[in-house]
Amino acid sequence: MSVDRYILSLSDNSMILGHRLSELCGHGPTLETDIALTNISLDLFGQVRGFLSVLAARQGSDVTEDSLAFLRREREHFNCILTELPNTDFAHIIVRQYFFDVFHKMQLEVLQQSTDQDIAAIAVKSLKEAKYHERFSQSWMLRLGDGTEVSHAKMQVAVNTLYPYVHELFDLTEWEKELIESGVAADTETIKEEYYRLIHQTLAQANLSTDGLSNRYAKGKHGMHTENLGFILAEFQYMQRAYPQMEW
Amino acid sequence: MVEGQIHIEDSVIKAALESVPDPEVPVLTVLDLGVVRSVKLKGNTVYVDLTPTYSGCPAMDTMAVDISQALEAKGYQAIINLVLSPAWTTDWISENGRKKLEEYGIAAPLDELSDKRALIDGDRVVKCTNCQSTNTKLISQFGSTACKALFQCEDCLEPFDYFKCLK
Repeated sequence: MSVDRYILSLSDNSMILGHRLSELCGHGPTLETDIALTNISLDLFGQVRGFLSVLAARQGSDVTEDSLAFLRREREHFNCILTELPNTDFAHIIVRQYFFDVFHKMQLEVLQQSTDQDIAAIAVKSLKEAKYHERFSQSWMLRLGDGTEVSHAKMQVAVNTLYPYVHELFDLTEWEKELIESGVAADTETIKEEYYRLIHQTLAQANLSTDGLSNRYAKGKHGMHTENLGFILAEFQYMQRAYPQMEW
Repeated sequence: MVEGQIHIEDSVIKAALESVPDPEVPVLTVLDLGVVRSVKLKGNTVYVDLTPTYSGCPAMDTMAVDISQALEAKGYQAIINLVLSPAWTTDWISENGRKKLEEYGIAAPLDELSDKRALIDGDRVVKCTNCQSTNTKLISQFGSTACKALFQCEDCLEPFDYFKCLK
């Protein structure tokens, strides 16, 4: 059902980005940023649990929150490519986070009015957290983009790499369009202009440029991913694949 | 600040719930925290609606188990139901809970506007739990748990946690 796929796509953005951030646990550049990044990861996984438990309850039979998280194949994931791109360095981590956080916050704002009560409840809850995430990533955008020569150069490289994937956040799939009609899904067309205005305002303040950058092919929401997702899933799903139905 | 506090008729059930601490902030009980949303007794079974503070709060599962055990120790059966809506807010922390937080060394959440000033603009409005000075600076928006930020007092130099306002 298309609503199931929509819930998975919302959940997968949080799950895959949450996993990327969890890779940094114990590896953050300072203790405070390490804790901040893993706290954000925890919030994202909390949202994933909300979505997947709702979906498992709806699908019934032997589908569980865990089977949805750990037993889906690569093509059955509908996250945007941006969320699966590698950590590379702190500049990439921050730019990826900022581009996502602004979108996430705006999308959740719209989803608070979703006609699907479960999606609306999760959105109300998650929005409060997403606001904190955006404050964090935006402050680092400014500090590093408009920082030293070295930090600026690294941030510009990260923008050059990541900005070309931002457009996919607004890619509307066929199944999504149906759900927008019925008021279940967020019509991201309505937030697109404001989104770009906000990120370009921050980029300008941070002295970062997107001149000459063009969009890269990205079809994560259609289940087509970069090679990165395979490596993420290899680690993420290792336990359940190696020891099926293992429990703590 | 009492909007989130619920009334529990049965004194035995109330006492049982009052004995369950938040595993991450052990001076607060689950009632102080305002995460218990409703308590209904049907026959010998207590139905408890519990809501998470932050969605990913790892303390939720522990709280649910602890509540069940506390009720079972009083001879009840317990069924814990997790509810997401309406979403928890720091306004639901009881007045007594706020006092206990401060005594424990965690600054209680300010109102939304002051919270923004402290966390975004870096204004010095959070009061040090050690010496009460407001000459305090933000060290990190994310502290030892998802619900807290880290501050330091510039007068007595004590680092302390601030319970972030969640609205």
